[in-house]
Amino acid sequence: MSAISHHIPDHLIRAHAAGQLPHHFAVVVAAHLSMCDACRAQAEAEEMVGGALLDRLAPAALQDGARDRLLAALDSAPPPPPAPRRSGIFPAPVMQALDGQPPRWRMLGGGIRQQVLSADEDGSLRLLYIPPGRAVPEHGHNGLELTLVLQGAFSDSEGRFGVGDVELAEDDLDHQPVACPGAPCICLAATDAPLRFTAFLPRLLQPLFRI
Amino acid sequence: MTTPDGFTEPTQWLIAVRDRRDRAAFARLFDHFGPRLKAMLLRGGLRDGSAEDVVQDVMLAVWHKAAQFDPHRAEASAWIYRIARNRQIDLVRRRPAVVLEELEEPPGNEPDAPQILALAQEARHLRAALDRLAPEQVQAIQKAYMEDMPHSEISRTTGLPLGTIKSRIRLGLERLRHELKDLKPE
Ligand SMILES: [Zn+2]
Repeated sequence: MSAISHHIPDHLIRAHAAGQLPHHFAVVVAAHLSMCDACRAQAEAEEMVGGALLDRLAPAALQDGARDRLLAALDSAPPPPPAPRRSGIFPAPVMQALDGQPPRWRMLGGGIRQQVLSADEDGSLRLLYIPPGRAVPEHGHNGLELTLVLQGAFSDSEGRFGVGDVELAEDDLDHQPVACPGAPCICLAATDAPLRFTAFLPRLLQPLFRI
Repeated sequence: MTTPDGFTEPTQWLIAVRDRRDRAAFARLFDHFGPRLKAMLLRGGLRDGSAEDVVQDVMLAVWHKAAQFDPHRAEASAWIYRIARNRQIDLVRRRPAVVLEELEEPPGNEPDAPQILALAQEARHLRAALDRLAPEQVQAIQKAYMEDMPHSEISRTTGLPLGTIKSRIRLGLERLRHELKDLKPE
């Protein structure tokens, strides 16, 4: 794997470690941390703050017998289900979002495919599949978009993004990512607002496609 | 509080649980963290009864997941904090928190004493830095790490997850981070 050159900014790593990121972004950040030792180390440093705070909390008295109840449960409580594992190009947090299944792509036209992993009023999380040389339809954002490359690469006005790289696009960025030659580009994208496409789809159709 | 090899007592207990399934050490972990976890969960808005149940859940997870604990990368308190925070988020969101991929340690890895000591030293500096903060700063940081749950959206203009009231947190933590960065190897 070539070196990762676009990382998660510190403030998002911190928000993730403190448990403050909305779900859609947390998946992208966790996926990057699963691919990037540097950011993972930073996240673990941030968690030391959480640990230090836990240590200095004034204890709250537990009910009588709490400790015996726990010790008695050690043998009887079922162990937790096995943690999700990486499969192919998809790191564990993406497999978790996929419920352990391979992607079920939907055609968007122009050879572009997507699978919406989750979408609600808070935004969306989806996988995108973009054939080499194809542009992702031009769009602007209402909020923040985080895009993590899992296979291939894309480039846009902000640079070239290869496997493991994350692009952070804010409100005002009208970028037009184009998949680089080679393998199709597969990426994971989270937004905190529905995307508004400027050219590709009429706005009215957006709810149908959940994009 | 720390042993000659640099481990805090709770970290030693957790290693004993990991390597020997040591129940006495686990009971000590519970005595130390149980009441603190309950305090954290109460701050997060749980009622007393539910907080008790979640403390049990979290400590059972500690028992079952102990094999993943790596003292080169975390002290017991940070590792247990992560489990508890994820559980807190599960309950609020009603869906499982996102978990990181487990790292596979090469078999037969010997403990790396300098790394462990360096981590212990950083942790000491971090605790000292927390001690030097104003009480309201500590409170603001505690609120971020233990109470506030994920917002439905993060600030639209800057992407910063920490809003106005929380600028204080960032300053406090930035200061913490600079403290850590200024560490000189001994
Ligand atoms: Zn990174």
